[in-house]
Amino acid sequence: MTKLNTYRAGPDEAGHFGIYGGRFVAETLMPLILEVEKAYTEAKDDPAFWDEFHSQMKHYVGRPSPLYFARRLTEHFGGAKVYFKRDELNHTGAHKINNTIGQILLARRMGKTRVIAETGAGQHGVAAATVCALFDIPCVIYMGETDIERQSPNVFRMKLLGAEVMPVTAGTGTLKDAMNEALRDWVANVDDTFYIIGTVAGPHPYPSMVRDFQAVIGNEVREQMQEAEGRKPDSLVACIGGGSNAMGLFHPFLDDEDVRIIGVEAAGHGIETGEHCASLTGGKPGVLHGNRTYLLQTEDGQIIDGHSISAGLDYPGIGPEHSWLFDNGRVEYVSVTDKEALDAFQLCTKMEGIIPALEPAHALAHVAKIAGGLPKDHLMVMNMCGRGDKDVFTVARLLGIEVSE
Amino acid sequence: MTNPATRIGKRFAALKAEGRAGLVTFVTAGDPDLETSREILFGLPGAGADVIEIGMPFSDPMADGPAIQASSLRALKDGMTLKKTLELVTGFRDTDDDTPVVLMGYYNPIYIYGVDDFVADARKAGVDGLIIVDLPPEEVDELWKPARAAGIDFIFLTAPTSDDARLPVIVERASGFVYYVSITGITGTRSADIADVGAALRRIRKHTELPIAVGFGIRTPEQAAEIASVADAAVVGSALVDIIAANLDPGGRPKEGVAEKLLALVSDLAAGIGGAGEKVA
Repeated sequence: MTKLNTYRAGPDEAGHFGIYGGRFVAETLMPLILEVEKAYTEAKDDPAFWDEFHSQMKHYVGRPSPLYFARRLTEHFGGAKVYFKRDELNHTGAHKINNTIGQILLARRMGKTRVIAETGAGQHGVAAATVCALFDIPCVIYMGETDIERQSPNVFRMKLLGAEVMPVTAGTGTLKDAMNEALRDWVANVDDTFYIIGTVAGPHPYPSMVRDFQAVIGNEVREQMQEAEGRKPDSLVACIGGGSNAMGLFHPFLDDEDVRIIGVEAAGHGIETGEHCASLTGGKPGVLHGNRTYLLQTEDGQIIDGHSISAGLDYPGIGPEHSWLFDNGRVEYVSVTDKEALDAFQLCTKMEGIIPALEPAHALAHVAKIAGGLPKDHLMVMNMCGRGDKDVFTVARLLGIEVSE
Repeated sequence: MTNPATRIGKRFAALKAEGRAGLVTFVTAGDPDLETSREILFGLPGAGADVIEIGMPFSDPMADGPAIQASSLRALKDGMTLKKTLELVTGFRDTDDDTPVVLMGYYNPIYIYGVDDFVADARKAGVDGLIIVDLPPEEVDELWKPARAAGIDFIFLTAPTSDDARLPVIVERASGFVYYVSITGITGTRSADIADVGAALRRIRKHTELPIAVGFGIRTPEQAAEIASVADAAVVGSALVDIIAANLDPGGRPKEGVAEKLLALVSDLAAGIGGAGEKVA
């Protein structure tokens, strides 16, 4: 790898991380993107904005989330001390709320009166609908028809929260199509609407803005590990779909050279089968949804749908900063299959009494592979970025058990 | 100013001399299949199309409406690729050396094809201009520079949201003509108010001397005529693509006569704006 003096300086003024990122959007959207960028640049330098953000984090989200020593799993693996960053204990059950709080505060600051969002598994949709309920702002969630069928409890939650869920039938009816549709809505409603993107992807400034909101995760880990062990962690592990929970954990540590950082993609049925969501390990650079990044695509540059047991990792792209960190080698990226994630899901539930979402079950599956080979004083932090309540029916089906919903 | 040495420049100069606006037609390459697409394309100049826009199919056309996305997916399902799109243009050029051909689409397929190879092959095929929807001026240079060096015009979109601060940034790199997207929305949805379009064009003309084509939401000869009264050209896309969608059998194959029906609408549109299209049955 080429060593840089800092890995935390990006993006540049035009939103590029090396060749990745940028603003690849239709001209109709450009003025909106520039307006969001200007507003965020101002908010970022305003202590009052962050005071409100941290107050919401504390009183509404329930932060800081605990850094929990997973004693039984540590003994089971027989090596590194494994800690979980318990972001599954956040209000709404995942890390997604950190970002939606940040963006709704920005939307209010900009005087926007309507919010749109895309969702795949429904976690971001729920988090967006939640903050819209909190601030009494009308909210439209775009969700692929295929995903609506797979994630009916979350669809109901969003509706209870007062959001309108718009089924997307275009394309293949999944997350990428929901994002296309949300962008179309935004183009048609330029004056009053704010688009809350759910991950560290999309046109600049979204990748860095979402990262900044999610960085609360890594910043807390640094303090909490200091308190627990009197030093920094030795390694960080997180799952990656778009990559927001991982970026939130990783970014504060990118310049700590002695911290090993590992991102875990979804290998689905296995990279070699072509049915996976591993954009970095199984895709190549391209341009979609406003940014240049690694994508799952055909030889002719057509985007293809990924496959994963976890609907939250089921996106054909990945945040551009991850693409950059992959190319320069600062972060290791690996992948884990459906089967391995399912095993980790059950192991964690039985040994720690924590039902993880299938997304962090991928991260845990990789922890299971490497923890045993590391010394007992190695401090490893895995981001438990979501809880598994939403996945119990999926898991039951895969295990061949009938559960009535 | 238009460049008299290019097909686009010559065509707009001729339109000006005739004292009328032009008709720009949009269809997707390979929709619903290669053979029908070829039949349509080769028939367009005769039906009265002054400039031909050909869509390069893409799986995720985020600035287009359902009609054009569906047309892209039909073409892709039938095996259309960027290479075949360029071959289609090559075939067209064997039959017509005057009508400008503008390729419209999204950047990813070109990026994957390879920018330099694409520019070389597009030039060889007889492509005159490019409209790449998701390359705003901020990101365009990597394709714009080689394309302009090869003599291919780069047509930029302007929108109702493009204000006096934004317009100079856009037209700085524009050549051939400027495309005005008359509504804030996606293709094929609503139509713009003519007074708003007229005001917007006056504003854009303060920043450029290039001809201005207006599109999005033009479906009928009457609407085309109305737009033609204020613009240098009217662009019709979704209404043509809808004819293809409405003339497929349950298996997605084109019914007999789909090309004729589409070309008949083109000649009506051409007649609407006073064009020279021959009446197609």
